[in-house]
Amino acid sequence: MVNINNYIDIVGKEIIDGLFIISEKLEGKMIQHINSTSVGGGVAEILTRMIPLLKQLNVESRWDVIKGDEKFYAITKAFHNALHGVPTKFKKEEFEYFVEVNMHNSNEMIFDGDLIFVHDPQPICLVEKKIKSKKKWAWRCHIDFTNPQNDVMTFLEKYIEQYDCSVFSAPAFSRKLKIPQVLVSPSIDPLSDKNKELPEETIRNIVEKYGIDTSRPIVSQISRFDYLKDPVGVIEVYKKVKKYNDCQLVLAGGGATDDPEGMKVLDEVKEASAGDEDIHILFLPPSSDIEINALQRASTIVLQKSLKEGFGLTVAEALWKGKPVIAGAVGGIPLQIKHQYSGILTYTIDGTAFYLKQLLNEPNFAKEIGLNGKNHIKDNFLITRHVRDYLLMFLSLLNEGDVIYFDN
Amino acid sequence: MEYYLPVLIGRKASNIYELIEGIKAVPAASIYYHTHKFLKQHHYLVPEPPNDFAYWIRNVLTQPKLSEMIAGINIAGYNNLEDLRKKMLEIFNSNGIAGYEINCLKGFEFQFMSCKTFWFKYKYEPVNLKEFYEILQKIDISVFYASIFSSKLRMGKQKNDFSEWFDTIGETELSEQVSKIDPYTLTLEGLRNKILNLILKYGKHK
Repeated sequence: MVNINNYIDIVGKEIIDGLFIISEKLEGKMIQHINSTSVGGGVAEILTRMIPLLKQLNVESRWDVIKGDEKFYAITKAFHNALHGVPTKFKKEEFEYFVEVNMHNSNEMIFDGDLIFVHDPQPICLVEKKIKSKKKWAWRCHIDFTNPQNDVMTFLEKYIEQYDCSVFSAPAFSRKLKIPQVLVSPSIDPLSDKNKELPEETIRNIVEKYGIDTSRPIVSQISRFDYLKDPVGVIEVYKKVKKYNDCQLVLAGGGATDDPEGMKVLDEVKEASAGDEDIHILFLPPSSDIEINALQRASTIVLQKSLKEGFGLTVAEALWKGKPVIAGAVGGIPLQIKHQYSGILTYTIDGTAFYLKQLLNEPNFAKEIGLNGKNHIKDNFLITRHVRDYLLMFLSLLNEGDVIYFDN
Repeated sequence: MEYYLPVLIGRKASNIYELIEGIKAVPAASIYYHTHKFLKQHHYLVPEPPNDFAYWIRNVLTQPKLSEMIAGINIAGYNNLEDLRKKMLEIFNSNGIAGYEINCLKGFEFQFMSCKTFWFKYKYEPVNLKEFYEILQKIDISVFYASIFSSKLRMGKQKNDFSEWFDTIGETELSEQVSKIDPYTLTLEGLRNKILNLILKYGKHK
């Protein structure tokens, strides 16, 4: 387990001291996190790293996961797509089944936290328990809410407004709600297997294990196989660029246990890449963090051509490694990249192909924006900032007013 | 030490008229947030003026002159947020209304935000200038918000906290020199180094 003091070398002692000063004000309070999966996806990843750190800061924390069957997760995946603006039709029974699974979980779960922190729509109806518990409840939305489908949004809002506070990842996701809304950007952990420094030899061994040639440019997109990450669009970009620049494309990613669509997308990606030996499709198991780290570090340029995005932590991961990143200007990605300063923001396949050629042809410019990106991530998107924001959010639920003083 | 938690207020603007109406209506904490956020995000390098309004006017509405007028407000000269709000509205009124009605593209609206601010007492209390210098070298940058930016703009003080303390230990010239700094034209690390250098240059009991 990582010791919180190990972050001192990265962010400085003063930042860690600050966390202890804030966390003292939460002494005796227990935070209960609830989500829908313990493995795979950004939420589980953050909670896995965050909860031990909160405990080391003397903030008691627990993590509970709701249970659901295949039918439930098919509905929640459809909700996810509809909230991202993908037109999806729902039957009344699907909403009813969603509530039924939530109610079943709420009857089995013990809500003994002083603050109940529910993540994403899957467990959202658990808040019905709030009336009896009289504890503070916060709902954390990790997805892009800029253009949600009305029926799903109306359904969810009934529950969201029962919480004491909602937490969003980007300003554009905020809604007209009757409850307070705060902004907490997610983060990456610089000491995790996915982001820690790796010896050159380890990187080379891992990359060559997959048959990738380390002597030629490597363009990668390392992300879940999901329509909203547009992996087929990435192959189109690569094919346009390949006519002018020698490069290899690596599409690598895994799947989350709450995402039944992944295999279908993977099949389409394999079909689109058939016949080109320079395209490497890697479906990685959940325990592949070191491999992901090595693939990102070996990349010449990293793409994240998302069509919709919650926050896009893979962008932060690549920027932290000093890589030039070309990414879709959606969700939380513009918070991480200022166009042509700390990366490249694009909207189309042609635009992405243009900038990819430019960065391959201008390595000095690519290096400069990669370094700017790394500094921006260091200042704003590492887990230590995320822990601080959560501590402040917990304090905001316990203390009223725009300015809160702690004078001892 | 000052920390802040960004608060989303669900209000946005698509053109200058809507921006003006928003600036009139939002809480003072929102004005503070939008005129200080960039400083907090870029500790070592500030690529744009530390003013969200100016940034949006320039980069989204492509009105560089109006943007520069907003960015050029001497925030260091203000000791309350309401006067700062009035000054911005005066600039919008005096600039004429050409282009004020032109909407930005969907998805590029100005998102009004606010913040909840937390002040914590810092654990180190220097008893002399030498100790102050040592602490300032290693202190968390969040101390600068409470002691330099907020003390004037949100507490209404005539001097920042550092200068006030220098006065109490008889370091009046140092106090005056630190008061003269415009902290909005420096990065936070630059501000730290500037004050450290002023202590070495003007401090009598260092």
